[in-house]
Amino acid sequence: MNLSRRQTLALGGAAVTVTLLPISFAQAATDDAAAIIAEFTGGAAVGEGDIELTAPEIAENGNTVPMKMAAPGAASIMLVATGNPTPRVMVAHFGASAESRLSTRIRLAGTQDVIAVAKLADGSFIQSSKSVKVTIGGCGG
Amino acid sequence: MAIKPRVKVPKSVAAGEYFTVKTLINHKMESGQRKDKEGNKIPRKIINLFEANFNGENVITVNVEPAVSTNPFFEFQMKIEAAGDLAFKWTDDDGSVYETSKPIAIG
Repeated sequence: MNLSRRQTLALGGAAVTVTLLPISFAQAATDDAAAIIAEFTGGAAVGEGDIELTAPEIAENGNTVPMKMAAPGAASIMLVATGNPTPRVMVAHFGASAESRLSTRIRLAGTQDVIAVAKLADGSFIQSSKSVKVTIGGCGG
Repeated sequence: MAIKPRVKVPKSVAAGEYFTVKTLINHKMESGQRKDKEGNKIPRKIINLFEANFNGENVITVNVEPAVSTNPFFEFQMKIEAAGDLAFKWTDDDGSVYETSKPIAIG
């Protein structure tokens, strides 16, 4: 097959675009997650602190991944899955009689970081993240 | 399939001490991401809100998104000072509300 210089360049360009696409997709999802967290915190700085996110290191089935979050004294905790098509997972608000911890099961589309952000009683925010390897994704499609 | 919530609450607890409450409701939690055989998107239908109130006072409220698994499960800890009823409420995307409640005694 004989290719002119122009055709070769065009092909190369197309190949680069194709390889870059998934990367820019993933980037967009992470940006989304950052935007969602910013919306929750109202743009306030998020520090480190007494917040615990317990998740399996490897989840065989992304359809139901157990999650445990605990942040003593937190008024609410938000959970974000950075690699999901819709990164929001949940926001839990705790009343005076509840301890600030919650266990649940969530869906993860693939291997990704899960972030828990807690709003403390004094209005400050702390976060913790955990990387979860997912063998089979859980979003169908 | 009838949607039936299941909750596990101790019958009696010590005043001021944390105890565990487990809840599960059978629900498909259709995420809105899946497609049927013809390639049409299956519309989203999830439980979008879970609440627990003790004697009318809010214990926990969870805003739920599609990323929560089928048959949403929540486990939390709470304490009470006096006996009463713990009421649970799940709100569906279609507006249906599923409710159940359990009495808790001090003992």
